[in-house]
This record gives sequence, structure tokens and C-alpha cells, in this order.
Amino acid sequence: MIDTDIQPRNANPARLDDHQTLTPEADANVPGLRVITPSDGLLSVDWREIWRFRDLLLLLTMRDINVRYKQAVFGVGWAVLQPLATMLVFWMFFGRLGGIDHRTGSTPYAVYVLAGLLPWTFFATSLTNCSTALVGSYNLITKVYFPRLIIPMSTVFACLFDLAVSMLLLAVVMVGYHLRPTGSIVGSLVALVGMVAAATGIGSALAALTVEYRDIRYVTPFVVQIWMFITPVIYPASMVPHKWQWLYSMNPMVGLVDAFRCGLLGQAIPWERLTISIAASIVLFLVGATYFRAVERRFADVI
Amino acid sequence: MAHAAIRVDNLTKIYNIRESEDEYRTFRESLTQAARSLTRRSTRKSSREHRALNDVSFVVNQGDSLGIIGRNGAGKSTLLKVLSGITAPTGGRIEMRGRVASLLEVGTGFHPELTGRENIYLNGSILGMTRREIAARFDDIVEFSSVQKFLDTPVKRYSSGMRLRLAFSVAAHLNPEIMVIDEVLAVGDALFQRRCIDRMSELSQSGCTLLFVSHNMEMVPILCKSAIWLSDGRLVEAGDAHSVIDRYLGDLMQSSGDGVLDGRMHSGDGRARFHSVRIVDDAGVPQASIKSGRNLRCVVEIDSELAVPNVSLAMVVKTLAGTRLITSWTDETGYRLDIEPGRSRIECCFRDVPIRPGRQVAIDLWMHDGALLDQVDTAVVYDVVEGEPTWASLRQDQGAVLVKYDWNGSGALRTVDASACEESCN
Repeated sequence: MIDTDIQPRNANPARLDDHQTLTPEADANVPGLRVITPSDGLLSVDWREIWRFRDLLLLLTMRDINVRYKQAVFGVGWAVLQPLATMLVFWMFFGRLGGIDHRTGSTPYAVYVLAGLLPWTFFATSLTNCSTALVGSYNLITKVYFPRLIIPMSTVFACLFDLAVSMLLLAVVMVGYHLRPTGSIVGSLVALVGMVAAATGIGSALAALTVEYRDIRYVTPFVVQIWMFITPVIYPASMVPHKWQWLYSMNPMVGLVDAFRCGLLGQAIPWERLTISIAASIVLFLVGATYFRAVERRFADVI
Repeated sequence: MAHAAIRVDNLTKIYNIRESEDEYRTFRESLTQAARSLTRRSTRKSSREHRALNDVSFVVNQGDSLGIIGRNGAGKSTLLKVLSGITAPTGGRIEMRGRVASLLEVGTGFHPELTGRENIYLNGSILGMTRREIAARFDDIVEFSSVQKFLDTPVKRYSSGMRLRLAFSVAAHLNPEIMVIDEVLAVGDALFQRRCIDRMSELSQSGCTLLFVSHNMEMVPILCKSAIWLSDGRLVEAGDAHSVIDRYLGDLMQSSGDGVLDGRMHSGDGRARFHSVRIVDDAGVPQASIKSGRNLRCVVEIDSELAVPNVSLAMVVKTLAGTRLITSWTDETGYRLDIEPGRSRIECCFRDVPIRPGRQVAIDLWMHDGALLDQVDTAVVYDVVEGEPTWASLRQDQGAVLVKYDWNGSGALRTVDASACEESCN
């Protein structure tokens, strides 16, 4: 019975003669044409689409921030408390007991370490949060379409908000030590752009990897921790022996954290190192985003 | 002139189903596998292919509404996922014109910690609206959903009905050019369902193209002029909604056959499988149809290689349109089954089945022991015939259930011949 009922492919509910009038030229005139084909090859980041969904990006960022602070007793205080506590620990053990505080020049070690910790915390939290962000948005990814890159992007932006809040702490500490920012703060902003790019790139890659390999999320915090020690967060970059500096500088976070801190504390910006680091972050961003785009259409199937 | 809003050509979607024990791949596993493949030639291919969609082609003109019907696992939901861009096809091509809003599951854009108001914005922007567009329609959305009072309450305190109302309202006020809806209305109460259908017809009349998946064969023709029927990922038939549904229901009838469930769509992990389902009379003689008003004994055979203890089992008698008539569940009667290795047999007796003769009913089977063991939807389809000489109308539109009833009144009731009823009804 079924056999006789199967109609040829073209016996469609819609009249075929209608769509035959849709020549390619006609297609071009119809706005909003979307073509879906199997995904193959490398896709670049579709900035136009992300721009179209900018409200979603904003709302997801706000959601991340909102939810984080709504549920916590201390609210926004967490963004301050965490770096403050970490600063005190490092100041105690490395500054006082470890004797690094003689190596930071005229800058008090507490300020020095805080100015490094804040950008680092931003970077590290971005990576850790990104690595679970896609898996945590399971509901959205399997049920609705939107440019998936928005998820790691909004995660990084939410961390940026934390950074802004914790900068207030730094401001207070700097006032306490009678330090004031100078024009070199421009360098900090440039470094921040680089950090956002690097965090988004690596974060996207981690997010995509976690979808495919669930054990990546256990690896991420570990890698982040090691990474901190090869970045001048709690010690000055100058402590690294000269013959290893070339290897050390391969880590883009070296130039970024260093420049961010120098800018804040009114020291000369190491522009050369910063430029190399920015270039490296852009490469990281492109590689991460491209990898993300290459696998994003599989997400809904494997997540 | 109407142009094609959706054009689907030779669409194919293949899933690779992993057969390893773990649900997810791990990085560690991939590394060891890669290492192994370097030393040994053959790598263990740990997946098999499942063609969820197989060479499906159709065209929907702008402003048309298309129903998508078929059994569970036929590929309906996959089709909608591919159409809404959630997952990429393996082969073929889709062309769509216009903004697509898909409502594949209600309230997925909701965040429980945020309020109704915040969630309207979030959900709207996920569906592709800008903040200004949402603000312009905010009042309509709120009014349609009738959750005014709870706008500033976190959504986690909402009932599921309220969430559905809110989610549908957002999607329905997005004014999309193409709207894709999967079986979500099954959740709502009847009144709200009615309003949703009205709203969808309204959208459809204003030029919105509608794709609608449903198991409810009564709802599809209300909304959709045409329909396509999918079976095992293939397009079986396309055309006028009524005729496609008739053929689909006819096929459902025929395919139940002798009750052996070998070639059927099973879900679950398969530690135990339903082998067959039959109905017998009180003497144990197999029956070809269900007798209204008599006992229905439903005998299920289960195959299992291992002992599976503490299994809960359910049978659902439903209309072909998908409305559940009777659910029988072992747990409800305080009973669980210990399945022994080999073939076991279990019987459920429904007493004095009150289904109106003249209809067809289907039986769903389900068993579970913490994880789903097996589930077969529409395992068998039977005609319901009169068990006693009939006193009731056989017309299907008289309702699915039949109970004996008496009329009493102050006026004198006159006895008429039952056949007069058929005439006066017509």
C-alpha cells in the first residue's frame, strides 16, 4: 500500500511551477534569503550576524552578571573580595617572606601584585568560565539558533565587568599609597584590548573543545594555574634570566599584563613587547574563533 | 505572486551514533586512540550511521502552512532543527526567505533566576528581535500571556503553564516571516491552546509561513492546508492535509500486523526489549479487535539476555490522533516486575473497556528501571468493535469514551428504536 502511495520527489505540496520562476536573479532581489548547506571548510567570523544579534550579546552578558551577583550574599563584593584576599596572600608569602618586594622598584609590592592580579584574574576567569559556557547553555544550543560565538563573547564581557568593579579596589589602594595614574594609562587600555582578544580566542576554543571532550574542563583550571606562574603577575618580568627572555616573551600574556600594570602605575610602557603580544593575541583570537566556527554546527549533535 | 518561502532539496542528515559505553568522548580517549592507530592499522570504528533525514525535498510557498506528521523517530524534529539552523545538514540544500522564529521547546531561553520582564527581553533577543522591537510589542506580549502580576517575579517561581504562555507569546509576537513550531502546544491548557491556534491562524493569514509538527491529527488540519508525512527519514507523501493524514492513519493501522515488534522503532537502552504484544479474550484466544465494554487483556512478551529487576511497565491506549484514553502503569497498582533472562510474558487486563466502537486505538508500550529500557510507540493498532449488541452510535465524532447512561426527566420519556438515533443525528 505504501509503495503505491509514495510520490516522486517532486510531487510537493507547493506548485513547482511557482518556484521555477525564481531564477538566480530573482533570488538576489529577495531580501533575507538564507541558504543552508552542509558545513565544510573554514568559515570566518560573521561579524555582520553578530552585530545583528548585539542585543542578545548584551543581554547574555547582563544575565551572566545579574545571576552571579543576585545569588551571592555579598553581591558585587565578590569581585572585590577575591582579588583582595589573593593580594593579601601573595603580599604575605611572596612579598614579605619571599622577598620579591625588593625587586619591584619604587612601587610597593601590594600595589604591584594587585595591578597584575586584576588583569590576570580577568583572563583566567574568562577561560575557566568559557570552558563550561557552551555546555551550560545546552538548552539554548539544542533548541534555538543564534551565532554561537556570542556565548564565549558574553562570558568574556561579563568577566570584564568584574574587572571594572575590582579596579575600584585598586583605585582605593593606589590612593592609599599616594599613587596616581599618568598618561601612560593608554597603554593599559591597549593591553586590555589584547587581553579581551586573547581571552575570547582561547575561550572559544576551550568552549568548543569541552563540547567535544568533556574532560577539557578539568584540564582548564590546571593549565590556567601553571600559566599564571609563567606570566609576570606576582613577580616582575625582569626576574626571568636574560637568556630565557625570548622564550618567556612567547607567552602573549607576558607583554599584556606587564603593559597593563606599567600603564596603571605610570611607568614606561614596553611598547615593543606589547606590540608583539597584541599581534599574538589577534592570531590567537582568529585561530580560536575559526576553530569554533569549524565545529559549531556540530554542537547541537554532540552536546 | 506567491513565491517559495522555503525550498528544501535532497536534504539528508546523518547522525553518527556512538556505540561505546560512555556518552561523551574524552580527550584522553582520543589521544590513546590516536596513539593506537599509529601502531596498529585498524582503528576501532565506534559509531554507526543513522539517517535521520534521507533525501527529503519539498517547497512551501509564502503564507502557506505545512503540517509535518509521522511517527516518533521519523525525522520530524530533525527536519525542524535543520530548518532553524540549529544543526547542519549532511547533504542537500535549503533556501529560506525571511526571518525564522522557531519554537522547538518552550521557555528554553528563560533563565530561572531572572524575572518575567527580563526573560521577555532575553527570549525575544534569542529569537532575533532587537530591544526596540521587543519594547514596541512588550504590552501585547504581556497581555497575551496574562502574566502581568508576575512580571517582576523570577521565572523559577512560575508554573509550567505560565512559562509556556510567556514563551509562546514572545514567539508569536515576533512577527516572523517563517514560524517553526514543534509539538509545544501539547503542554498548555485547552483554552490557551485555542488562543495559540487562533494566533497562529492570524499570523498565517497575514502572510507568515508556518511549519507545524504535531501528533495531534485533529489539530493539524485546523492549522495546515497541506502536510508532509515522514517515515524513517523519507518523505512518504505530500499533499492536501486531510488526504495525507488519512493515508498516514491507514498505514498506522496496517503496520501493526501480527503484534511482533521486530522491525519497529524501539527507543531505550535495549537491556530488555518488547518482543510482541497481542490482545486475547478471557479464554486466552488471540483477538483481531477490541470489544467495547468487554475486558481487554493485553499480553506482552519481553526478551532479555540478563535479569533486570524492579522494572516498571506502562501501557497506554490512545486514539490514532494521539489522545491518551487509558494509561496503565505497574507502579500505580503497587507492582514492579523482575525480568528473568529469556522471554517473559506479562499481561494487563483492562476491565470493561469503555471505548466507543467504530474507532481505532493504538497501544504504546514503555518500560523503565531507572533508565528507559524500551519504548515502542503505536506498537499495535486495533479496531474497536461492539462487544454487546450495540445501543450506541458508531459515529466517530460522538466521543472516544462510551459509558452506560440513563436519562431521567419530568416529562414522559418515550422509547424509540436505536436506529432512529442514527437518522436523527444525520
